[in-house]
Amino acid sequence: MTLETPIRQRTNAAAAAATFTDATDATDAERPRITGMACRSCGHAQPLAIAYVCPACFGPLEVTYDLAIAGSTFTRAAIERRAPGIWRYLELLPVDAAPARSLAVGSTPLIAADRLAPVLGVDRLWLKDDTRNPSLSFKDRAVAVATAQAVAFGVSALACASTGNLAGATAAAAAAVGLPAYVFIPADLEPAKVDHALAYGATVVPVAGTYDDVNRLCLEVADETGWGFVNINLRPFYAEGSKTLAYEIAEQLGWRSPDVLVAPVASGAMFTRVARGFEELAALGLIERRPIRYVGGQAQGCSPVATAFERGTDEIEPIREPNTIVRSLAIGNPADGRYAVELARDSGGSIEAIPDAVTAEAIRDVARLEGIYPETAGGVTLAAVAAARRRGVIRDGDEVVALITGNGLKTPAARTLGLAEGSLEGGRVAPGQPGLAPIIRPSLSAFEAWLGDAS
Amino acid sequence: MSTVRIPPTLRASTGGAKTVDVPAGSVREVIRGLVTAHPSLHSQLIAPDGDLNRFVNAFLNDTDVRHLQDLDTPVADGDTLVLLPAMAGG
Repeated sequence: MTLETPIRQRTNAAAAAATFTDATDATDAERPRITGMACRSCGHAQPLAIAYVCPACFGPLEVTYDLAIAGSTFTRAAIERRAPGIWRYLELLPVDAAPARSLAVGSTPLIAADRLAPVLGVDRLWLKDDTRNPSLSFKDRAVAVATAQAVAFGVSALACASTGNLAGATAAAAAAVGLPAYVFIPADLEPAKVDHALAYGATVVPVAGTYDDVNRLCLEVADETGWGFVNINLRPFYAEGSKTLAYEIAEQLGWRSPDVLVAPVASGAMFTRVARGFEELAALGLIERRPIRYVGGQAQGCSPVATAFERGTDEIEPIREPNTIVRSLAIGNPADGRYAVELARDSGGSIEAIPDAVTAEAIRDVARLEGIYPETAGGVTLAAVAAARRRGVIRDGDEVVALITGNGLKTPAARTLGLAEGSLEGGRVAPGQPGLAPIIRPSLSAFEAWLGDAS
Repeated sequence: MSTVRIPPTLRASTGGAKTVDVPAGSVREVIRGLVTAHPSLHSQLIAPDGDLNRFVNAFLNDTDVRHLQDLDTPVADGDTLVLLPAMAGG
């Protein structure tokens, strides 16, 4: 028993559970804060289940809450007493209790990027460093919530259709709860992401096609197998996990919202749920209700949401064959694209389309100036900060929060794109890369000779 | 005849059938034929303006019909049309 118990996780979960028990009085416990599911389009209500499609109109199902019940125990003081991690915001998440087994997800740092801010042309910039999550991306948040419900529903396996970050997150979460994992990916995905999922013991299924082909296949596989696909039949729960980004940012800023929130946009799910997270905090009075402009970043080679934004329409024209190094955002047929466009437009924000070379430059800039190494989506996001500033969406004096959603070790080839010389070839550092000295003999004289040449 | 694969959410309207055979034609005609055979599918599949509901994606032999000729795409005998929720996201 002792050998099989992950001490650190259990301790956190137990501490969190104890806090929640203390904070919940008996009266509230009789009325559920999670009231069921409702269709985002037609409002059709149904009980909580592994379901994602409205039986009446085919629209997307969402979890619904009784905010009055949730708010009765969800106060600044109560939250601040709780253990770190996403479960400190339990009342606004679609699970009954913090799970007994869960990775240590969330409570990632919010870092003042004073050196990068002037390079991007903004006055005040914070980076939400979600490279620090257990599987090195923000997907751990969504997957933790989906997994908690998958375990509660008793699914036989966890699965996902992934552009890469989700692969690692699903595989890691499945390992933590002892479920088999099936990870479906485009066959040409970055090797580091494939290896990452394999390391956690997942079965990786490469599919000859784009992410959208993988997704379509998985819709049918989910129907036929009953596996818990975190981003398909568990999607109503999964999507809610991204709200914790907003809760953490608000708490870290001292219970307030920023002027501008900048995030990558793939399906648009995280982008829109972060907005809902801030909205919920305002509705409960935990933060003052102030306007937030939402800026989304897409890769120019797969930018159906940015295109719809520029055209002034909500209709998303799907991209058949994405052409970008930003694989984590290469969704040609984004489920929440329409909602992402509406959010950007209605809030006075924008959706920016970023060329790959600019993304690579942004990765290099944030790494050398702030000590944070993001994967490609993070580069897109930071380039979107600069683009939104040029567009006038970001103004003088604005406080900007940018979400760095994944770690650069997942996409090592991206960093060197556009550099005049040097590259990473076959996973080995090739000579001639900027910053890389030639191989020297292990003698002080050789070092001094090189230093003399270099300076 | 073409074959339409029915997702679980819609099978209550097809008496539990996973597939329905419909005379070939255009995608529009095949969907119309399906709804004629199983009228309770109308509210789920057809928008008020008579078009395909925006939450439904149609795939002809595994290709999104929006990448072909959309609802005018010809469907031949032996082709398979799959109707799936518009639900994609990493």
